[in-house]
Amino acid sequence: MQIYLPIAEVSVNAFLLLGLGGLVGILSGMFGVGGGFLMTPLLFFIGIPPAVAVATEANQIVASSFSGVLAHFRRKTVDFRMGFVLLIGGLAGAALGVVVFNHLKSLGQVDLLVKLCYVGFLGVIGGLMFIESVNAIRKSRGAAGGAPAKRRQRNWVHALPFKMRFRTSGLYISVLPPIIVGLVVGVLAAIMGVGGGFVMVPAMIYILGMPTKVVVGTSLFQIIFVTAFTTMLHATTNFTVDVVLAVLLLVGGVIGAQIGTRIGVKLKAEQLRVLLALMVLAVCGKLALDLLLQPAELYSLGAAGGH
Amino acid sequence: MRRLICALMMLTAPVAAQSEEVVLGLSKDNVAITTSFDGSEILIFGAVKREEAINTAEPLEVVMTIAGPSEPVVVRSKEKKFGIWVNTEALEVDSAPSFYAVATTGPIAQVLSETEDLREKVTIDRAIRSVGAPAEITDAGRFTEAVIRIRQEKNLYQLLEGQVALDQQTLFRTRIDMPADLTEGDYLTRIFLTRNGKIVSNYETTIDVRKVGLERILFNMSRQQPIWYGLMSLAIAIFAGWGASAVFSALRRN
Repeated sequence: MQIYLPIAEVSVNAFLLLGLGGLVGILSGMFGVGGGFLMTPLLFFIGIPPAVAVATEANQIVASSFSGVLAHFRRKTVDFRMGFVLLIGGLAGAALGVVVFNHLKSLGQVDLLVKLCYVGFLGVIGGLMFIESVNAIRKSRGAAGGAPAKRRQRNWVHALPFKMRFRTSGLYISVLPPIIVGLVVGVLAAIMGVGGGFVMVPAMIYILGMPTKVVVGTSLFQIIFVTAFTTMLHATTNFTVDVVLAVLLLVGGVIGAQIGTRIGVKLKAEQLRVLLALMVLAVCGKLALDLLLQPAELYSLGAAGGH
Repeated sequence: MRRLICALMMLTAPVAAQSEEVVLGLSKDNVAITTSFDGSEILIFGAVKREEAINTAEPLEVVMTIAGPSEPVVVRSKEKKFGIWVNTEALEVDSAPSFYAVATTGPIAQVLSETEDLREKVTIDRAIRSVGAPAEITDAGRFTEAVIRIRQEKNLYQLLEGQVALDQQTLFRTRIDMPADLTEGDYLTRIFLTRNGKIVSNYETTIDVRKVGLERILFNMSRQQPIWYGLMSLAIAIFAGWGASAVFSALRRN
C-alpha cells in the first residue's frame, strides 16, 4: 500500500515503513539502544530527504524514550538532578546544532555533514564495541577469575569547580562535565537525528563515574527533552517534521521493541554485542562507500532561497 | 479512481480569427493528492473545429505540453576532494518547471520549427530559463542539462514524440502519466496545431494539482502554525510511547 507523505512529498510503501520501524524496534529492544542511529541512515537509503529523516527521527525518539523511561520511573532509577544538569547542556547543544545544520543546508553541505558524522561515530563506536565484546567472549571462555576493573578512580573530573551533590548517583562532582557531555549530545541529536544514548551512556559511566543502574534511565530522561526540543526547532525553522512518517515508524517501533526485549533475554550479552557491533559497522561501511565511490549522478538539485 | 472520466468539456478557443480551432476534453481537470496518491494518468482528447475544407497539402500536426509551476532550482555538482565526493560548485537555474511533458504527433524537429519553439518555449530546453551564471562557472549549460537529466530519470520531464494519435486530421488524443512526487499548483496545458512547422492555432487550459484532505491539513498546518504542528507531533509521540508501555505491561500481567 503506497502512502504519500505530506512533508517529505514522496510516495512510499506503508508496510515498508512499518517493517523498518519494527525491525529497528526489535534491535533496540534486543540491545537496549534507541535505534535512531540505524533508522536515520535506513530512511536515507529508501529515499526520504535527509533533512526530513533527521527531523522526523527526532520526533520518533521522543516516543520510544518516553516508553522506555516509564519503566525506569517505576524502578526509581532516574537521577533527576543529574538529568536536569545534562539537559541544560543538551538544550544549548541542540540549539547550536540546528544553527549549524541550517547554515550548512544553505551551503549545500548538510548531507555531507550528516553522513560524515555517521561514518565517524558509527565507525568508532562499532569498532570499540566489537573489540570489547570479542575480548569479553575470549575472557569468559578462559579463566573465569581475573581482577575486577577499578571503578570510580579520582581523575581530572573531580578537580573542577562548581561542585554539586547528586544523591541518586551518590556523586559529588562539578556540574561542568555533565553540561559538556549534554552539550555534545545535543549537537549530535540536532545534526544526526539521534537520541545520542550511544555516546551519552559510555560518557556517563567512564567520565562522570555514575553507577550503571541509573545511567540508562537518566539518559532516556534527558533524551526525551533534547529530542522534543530538536523536533520543535526543526518544525519551526525547517518545516521538515513529517508526522505521517513518524506515526508509521512509531507503530512498528513500539511493537518491535517489545518483541526484541523477549528475544534479547534468550541470547548471551556478549554475543548480542558482537552482533550489534557488526551491524553498526555494516551501516558505517555502506555510508562510507557512498562518500568514497564515484556517484552515478554527480549533480544534485535543491530548493533555491536562503541566500 | 485513476481513470475517472469526467464529462467532455465543450470549450471553444478564445481567438475566433483562427480558421482551425481546438475543442478539448480532459479526463480530469484536477489531480487530488490524497494519502494514497501514487501518480496520476491524464487523458487529453479533443477535436479540430473548422469551417472550411481540410487543407491536405500540408498535414496537420498536434503538439501538447503540460507544465507544472516553475521554481528556481539550485544545482550542485560534486567533485572528489580529500578522497571523498563533496558538493563544490552550485548554480541557480532561475526558473525550471517542476513537471514538464511534451507530446507530439511526430518527431519534434519536424512538427515544430525552431522559431516557433523559441517563441512559445515548447521543448524542455526552452522551458528552462537560466540567466546570469556566476563568473567562475564557464559552462553553465551542463547545470541545466543536469536538471533535465535528473528530472527525466524521475519521469518528471517527459518527451513523448509520436505519442499523440491523430485521426482524419480532426480527432486527437494522448495519455500522460504523472509521477507520485508532484508539486502542487496550476499545471498549464497547451495545445498547438501546426502545419509545416508553423503554429496555426493554440489553446490553453489548466489542470489543478492540489493536496486534499489530511495531506492538505497537515501541510498547511506545518507551514502556517509550525509551533502547534510541532507540539501536535510531540503529543502524538508521547501518547504513543505511553500507550505502548501501558498496553504491553497490561499484557504481561495477564
